[in-house]
Amino acid sequence: MNGVEEAITRAHHEGWARVVATLTRRFGDLDIAEEAAAEAFAIAVERWRVDGVPPNPGAWLTTTANRKAIDRIRRENKRDGKHKEARLVYDDSVEPPGAIDGAIEDDRLRLIFTCCHPALAMQSRVALTLRMVGGLTVPEIARAFLVQGPTMEQRITRAKAKIKAARIPYRVPTADDLPARVSGVLAVLFVVFNEGYLASGPDTDPVRHDLTAEAIRLTRLTRALMPDDGEVTGLLALMLLTEARRTARVSASGELVALDEQDRGAWDAALIAEGHQLVRQRLAAAAAGAAPGRYQILAAINAVHTCARDIRDTDWSQILALYDQLVQLDPSPIIALNRAIAVAELDGPEVALASVDRLEHRLAGYHAYHATRADLLRRLGRGQESRAAYDRAIDLAGNTAETAYLTRRRDQLR
Amino acid sequence: MRYLVSVIDDKSNPGSTDRQLAISAFNERLIAEGYWVFAGGLADTDAATVVDNRGEQAVFSDGPFVESKEYLAGVWVWEAPDLDVALRLATEASKVCDRKIEVRPFL
Repeated sequence: MNGVEEAITRAHHEGWARVVATLTRRFGDLDIAEEAAAEAFAIAVERWRVDGVPPNPGAWLTTTANRKAIDRIRRENKRDGKHKEARLVYDDSVEPPGAIDGAIEDDRLRLIFTCCHPALAMQSRVALTLRMVGGLTVPEIARAFLVQGPTMEQRITRAKAKIKAARIPYRVPTADDLPARVSGVLAVLFVVFNEGYLASGPDTDPVRHDLTAEAIRLTRLTRALMPDDGEVTGLLALMLLTEARRTARVSASGELVALDEQDRGAWDAALIAEGHQLVRQRLAAAAAGAAPGRYQILAAINAVHTCARDIRDTDWSQILALYDQLVQLDPSPIIALNRAIAVAELDGPEVALASVDRLEHRLAGYHAYHATRADLLRRLGRGQESRAAYDRAIDLAGNTAETAYLTRRRDQLR
Repeated sequence: MRYLVSVIDDKSNPGSTDRQLAISAFNERLIAEGYWVFAGGLADTDAATVVDNRGEQAVFSDGPFVESKEYLAGVWVWEAPDLDVALRLATEASKVCDRKIEVRPFL
């Protein structure tokens, strides 16, 4: 990648949400904001190649996008065009940098809470947040949700149309709104994080640090807004403890490194310390009677993993107890699958395989189901069946590092 | 922004019938706070007649345009600054009427 492309990629990762949020605040319209932002990035690709990268790429993009938005509003000559134009002229003054920073943090939160409005269908909320806040392209989002590009495009368009037609406001919600909205926001942020942690598609990096970092940053922002909400803290801890293992998770050759083979010395100690501290805080709250939600339990599971200096030191009975607690809250087959992995460590692969096999009708299309089965069958010496399960997992896996890992494991079978 | 606020009742599981006082009090408040534009309860769907004059001759048919378990029992029209305000009022309205409420913006 040359310098200009790198600068554009970086500006896109760092600046997309800012440009969209700033323009949405100014023009009060997601469509105008998004299209003007996209146009500004397209112009940057051409212009920066010729003129070089400007000293402040973010400001350059915001200014360019602003101009494009104004052009568009003038072109469309809307009914209230005159009124808008008057505002545009007034708003053109340069705000002091401090004021901009404060406003931008709020702008992004506004954008998140607008995209995650309870009046929108859950799938639309996730899609819209990834597009408007995360800056993912429609094909990327479509791949992440295993749907066709046009379907996803339609979902995003419909959500934006509803925001406009029903007048869903672009505002930071009040304390009263938060409890009803926050679970949706957390679900969206978790999906964004997971898509970054296990990015799908043959053309993306296997780990998209831009997305995991964005999800963590947005969760921190949400936590600043709701410091007493246990699930917000739980989700942040979960993300930090997962992110801490990121660099150890993919080898130099781009292959996924499973937990048991990871170099634990490469884990990020600062993130682990922060995650553990948050988990302890929630454990204290639980001891005082607060019932933990799923993110807090998942964070606690990850805290047990990250406490162990070696895979052999892992307190599997603790992990299984936490999974048992989680199953009560969330009877999803994916939780049951992960629980079976802990069962394999405690009661052996045969017992685990029996409980995994019971999930077949619900998880037959999920690559991790076949990968887990493949591993258990390998440990039981059932090579041929294991190979078939690896083949199925490889077919279904969307992550390049995971495909490489599964292929090696399959080829090691005798 | 104007919103059509529909009160949805359910034939197999109707809401309570003693809501008139509570609804009147709620209406007074809507008026006092400047949200109220119009409101009205509707007679039973049995009283509905559908007219179709798209063909050569007008056809009148007895009953509602769609037969379903759920039906429109009444409407409000509210003037509210945005959907959040309308939804907050609708949340109260649902409790007050003991029925489901649909909020839909006018064009």
